[in-house]
Amino acid sequence: MNSPRTLYQKHIDSHTVCALDDQGHVLLYIDRQVANEYTSPQAFSGMREAGRKVWRPSATLAVVDHVNPTAPVRIATMPDAGGAQQVSYFEENCRDFGIELFDVLDKRQGIEHVVAPEQGFIMPGMVVAAGDSHTTTYGALGAFGFGIGTSEIEHLLASQTLVYKRLKTMRVTVNGTLGTGVTSKDIIMALIEKIGASGATGYAIEFAGPAITDLSVEARMTICNMAVEAGARGAFMAPDDKVFAYLQLKPRAPQGELWKQAVAKWRGLHSDEDALFDCEVTLDVDALEPMVTWGTSPDQAAPVGGHVPDPASQPDLILRQGMQRALDYMGLEPGMPLSDVVISHAFIGSCTNARIEDLRDVARVVRGKRVAAHVRAMIVPGSTLVRNQAEEEGLAQIFLDAGFEWRQSGCSMCLAMNDDVLAPGDRCASSTNRNFEGRQGAGARTHLMSPAMVAAAAITGHLIDVRSFALEA
Amino acid sequence: MQPFNTVNGSAAPLLASNIDTDVIMPKQFLKGIDRKGLDRGLFFDMRFLESGELNPEFILNQPAWNDAAFLVVGPNFGCGSSREHAVWGLKQVGIRALIGTSFAGIFYDNCQRNGVLAIQVSEAQLKQVAGVISYAETAKITVNLPEQTIELADGKKIPFEIDQLRKQSLLLGLDAIGTTLQRAEQIRSFETQHLLENPWL
Repeated sequence: MNSPRTLYQKHIDSHTVCALDDQGHVLLYIDRQVANEYTSPQAFSGMREAGRKVWRPSATLAVVDHVNPTAPVRIATMPDAGGAQQVSYFEENCRDFGIELFDVLDKRQGIEHVVAPEQGFIMPGMVVAAGDSHTTTYGALGAFGFGIGTSEIEHLLASQTLVYKRLKTMRVTVNGTLGTGVTSKDIIMALIEKIGASGATGYAIEFAGPAITDLSVEARMTICNMAVEAGARGAFMAPDDKVFAYLQLKPRAPQGELWKQAVAKWRGLHSDEDALFDCEVTLDVDALEPMVTWGTSPDQAAPVGGHVPDPASQPDLILRQGMQRALDYMGLEPGMPLSDVVISHAFIGSCTNARIEDLRDVARVVRGKRVAAHVRAMIVPGSTLVRNQAEEEGLAQIFLDAGFEWRQSGCSMCLAMNDDVLAPGDRCASSTNRNFEGRQGAGARTHLMSPAMVAAAAITGHLIDVRSFALEA
Repeated sequence: MQPFNTVNGSAAPLLASNIDTDVIMPKQFLKGIDRKGLDRGLFFDMRFLESGELNPEFILNQPAWNDAAFLVVGPNFGCGSSREHAVWGLKQVGIRALIGTSFAGIFYDNCQRNGVLAIQVSEAQLKQVAGVISYAETAKITVNLPEQTIELADGKKIPFEIDQLRKQSLLLGLDAIGTTLQRAEQIRSFETQHLLENPWL
């Protein structure tokens, strides 16, 4: 208790049932789990085969999000046999094991990492695990979230714990003030570009600094969400008044005396002043430009005003081969200005960037304009509640008038497990999190960027700095 | 879980960096509710040509490596999606261990839970291993978990580190859930106290 501790250490200490060895392994108690239809089936089958019960059913919230269609008119039936089977087995499992489920037709359905915060299911100080790598999102609320595989889901369902090895800690201090048109997406993309796709492997990242404090809670979620693309197994931020204000309005937030008691405790959730981190990184965002990816790994990114890099200038052989392979896949030439890259698709969606603030950003760019004739542009809201709110605010009409498809909620073309799939050679400006080969469809090409940047690209038909675009308007 | 003790077989080099789980197991193979058929999906876009025939260029399609028991991989192998289907697919084609300089965290844990040994070595050691196994006639190695060594065809032995907890669990093929549930009372008493201190949970 005496030596100063980081917020990460406090989270782990307060959730340790017992130490398992002297090499950092502990039995870690998990407060909440979110489950989806595609990574959970084999875990539930394992429970059935062993005749085990779910330890604490109320700790799990189940949401259908990965395989459902996002066509504008919602229907309960899945168009393909595999998806239909996953959804129906998911319903059966939730019913038999007593787990609350938001099915496709539920008014609260959406992408799990949008839905759980929106419902107030995630609160500061919690440790959360889920069968999806983007569980890191919850760090923005002062919780510690991390992704797990299906075997671990089963372990968690059966015991409410995980056998866990403590991570090293990295603090990323973000200084400066973001310029107009530059967003939290650009901060996290710049960080990943700087430290690499495995720059934070083995670490939990704590984000701090004035540029983080300045951000809204939703914008912070984008940063924690994508920290996993730098290899971080968890990312978080000390909760502040913005977080408490965000939570207080949510359906499952504690009420009355319990709320006061909770907030009093949450105010203590920060790293001690003298706490030591295993690694410190600093980022200054005063001169940060909107970022775009040019390659097939999230760290292959550059400011939009830049050029496609030349592999010949990379001294490291493996990195050079990786760059060359990426450029071949992406169909780009070294030295080409990024703003010359012509797109065929624009996608706004995903657990990274499909919350209401993201959609407002998009509306500001596209109001009164038209999507370029050669571009198919889709907006897939992060949840059904976000969709309804966007309709109430008049955003949906702006999108429709501009020629965007206004769709139902789901993971959709972020990973293309449903029927929203790109064809070989398609090139997509995307507000998502991964530009891997084949991610949005075999042979399809993905450029990651902020929602406002996707919106600008949709209108002009090529990658463009949203700031110059706004001036043109 | 299948125990891992000493395993002998050929080791295939797959040294590109950041090979992600979307590449290891593409989306069209994720629609099951069991673990079946993932051997077909493994590295699908690399293993098969557009015509559906095997791609003769791909390492696992070449005679010396088509029954590989090991992969020697580039940095950050298994990054991206948490899909355990990637590890199930590796297991189904007979991969028992991976040797690399770094593995993505979730993937590393998924390997452990399935009895697949993920061995972390230094860059110099990886170069040494890759330099030998990349030739058909010297592709066979022996991974000895009790001794924590990789023995190459040239007779050289390369030591590796592993947490004792992971090692024991792999050697014995332990059921992790069964082991944890032996502590059920301890978990329940922790939980009671935890919920008392944080009643909003």
